Amino acid sequence: MTTTSLPANPVPHPVPQPAPHALRPKTSASDAPHGPTGRMPAPAPRGPVSEALLGALRAGGPDDALLAPVTGALAQAGLEGPEAVEAVLSEDVQLALLVMYELHYRGVDGVDDAWEWHPGLLALRARVERPFEASLRARVPQPACEATDAAGVAERLFALAAQDDGPSLSRYVAKKADAEQARELLALKSVYQLKEADPHTWAIPRLSGAPKAALVEIQADEYGGGQAGRMHAELFARAMRGVGLEDCYGRYVDAVPAVSLVAVNTMSLLGLHRRLRGAIVGHLAAFEMTSSIPSRLYGNGFRRLGHDEGTTWYFDEHVEADAVHEQIAGRDLAGRLAEEEPGLRDDVLWGAAVCLAVEGDVAAWVLERWQRGASALRVPLAGA
Amino acid sequence: MTDERTPQVTVTACPDGPLLVRGPATILDADGRPVPRRRATVALCRCGGTAVPPWCDGTHKVNGYRSGPEPQDGSLS
Repeated sequence: MTTTSLPANPVPHPVPQPAPHALRPKTSASDAPHGPTGRMPAPAPRGPVSEALLGALRAGGPDDALLAPVTGALAQAGLEGPEAVEAVLSEDVQLALLVMYELHYRGVDGVDDAWEWHPGLLALRARVERPFEASLRARVPQPACEATDAAGVAERLFALAAQDDGPSLSRYVAKKADAEQARELLALKSVYQLKEADPHTWAIPRLSGAPKAALVEIQADEYGGGQAGRMHAELFARAMRGVGLEDCYGRYVDAVPAVSLVAVNTMSLLGLHRRLRGAIVGHLAAFEMTSSIPSRLYGNGFRRLGHDEGTTWYFDEHVEADAVHEQIAGRDLAGRLAEEEPGLRDDVLWGAAVCLAVEGDVAAWVLERWQRGASALRVPLAGA
Repeated sequence: MTDERTPQVTVTACPDGPLLVRGPATILDADGRPVPRRRATVALCRCGGTAVPPWCDGTHKVNGYRSGPEPQDGSLS
């Protein structure tokens, strides 16, 4: 076991940055330092905030002096006034937030792990999180609910998921997507799916009793029931390889648009704040409740395009697994939590509505671009 | 009297949904052969619409299945 916190070869400041217009070539899984267990490669900045942040984090160990440019860039980012709820959704700010959150997951290439709990950096993260949460609250109204018991709250959650009228990406993939769009879908999803389940796992130590047992029951299945090769993130990596993508953690962050970073950052926001534990539980319930049928459609699409069972395994697995998980998540996790902590019931429902809204925004973004023949990514994937 | 320390089989009838099976139950097919279980907790289709029998695939949510007035949290054993 190692306890390395400093990278072997610290990157000098200023960090040379790749051109933003092209995906940088990265080594393949077989010979790369970024295997499925590796750190997230340092992404290319998308504006002054992310540029200042990556420059500071990669300049050395935690030091308030290094953060001065980040403080300055944030002050200019429009995160204080009435425009904050829009400004916080920009490519630049969302990438910066993703990088700050990533310090709690696998870490970022060239960034000292000791930054994770640096008070100065956490204070800057809070300056982004406040308008980000406000933005989500403005985007997603609180769902009404009469029920206070587990069965009633579960029923309300299923109803919310059933009423979701967002565009169906899975139906498009089943019937119409071409090979390149299928690859784009996996690249787009990979920012989350290669750490699938991790943001919801933050909630485990924050719960007790029946809701905790239910969350662990779901997560144990997500993590392969003790078999690493069956871990859902690993099945997703396999699907990526099957369509000719690299499966390295964070490999396609540079290609992914802000709307998709918002969806991932939402999970981290809800997962990393104990006061929002009801919302991350509701988020998981809605995620599970909108997965089994779409997974079948995704699988059908990949089969239609000629992909083998190894590549569709990820989706086939989710048809069966999430039909189980949605029952546990709705009744034993979210329902019981709302019943046992009545003050969290509205957060549970709001978290579910947030999931449906932000995931729906991603689907709308992708479909709008695909339907006019454009790439859904910031930069199209290199040729097969 | 059941031993609390021995894992029990429970079957939960989910309203308008599947039968959720926890514990060391063996699921048999029509010929009495065990159906391989790939996860600790499984959901058995109750609406008849599944494409992956005997397991639930969520189809009950779109085919109008209603389980009727059953015990909402009944452990059927």
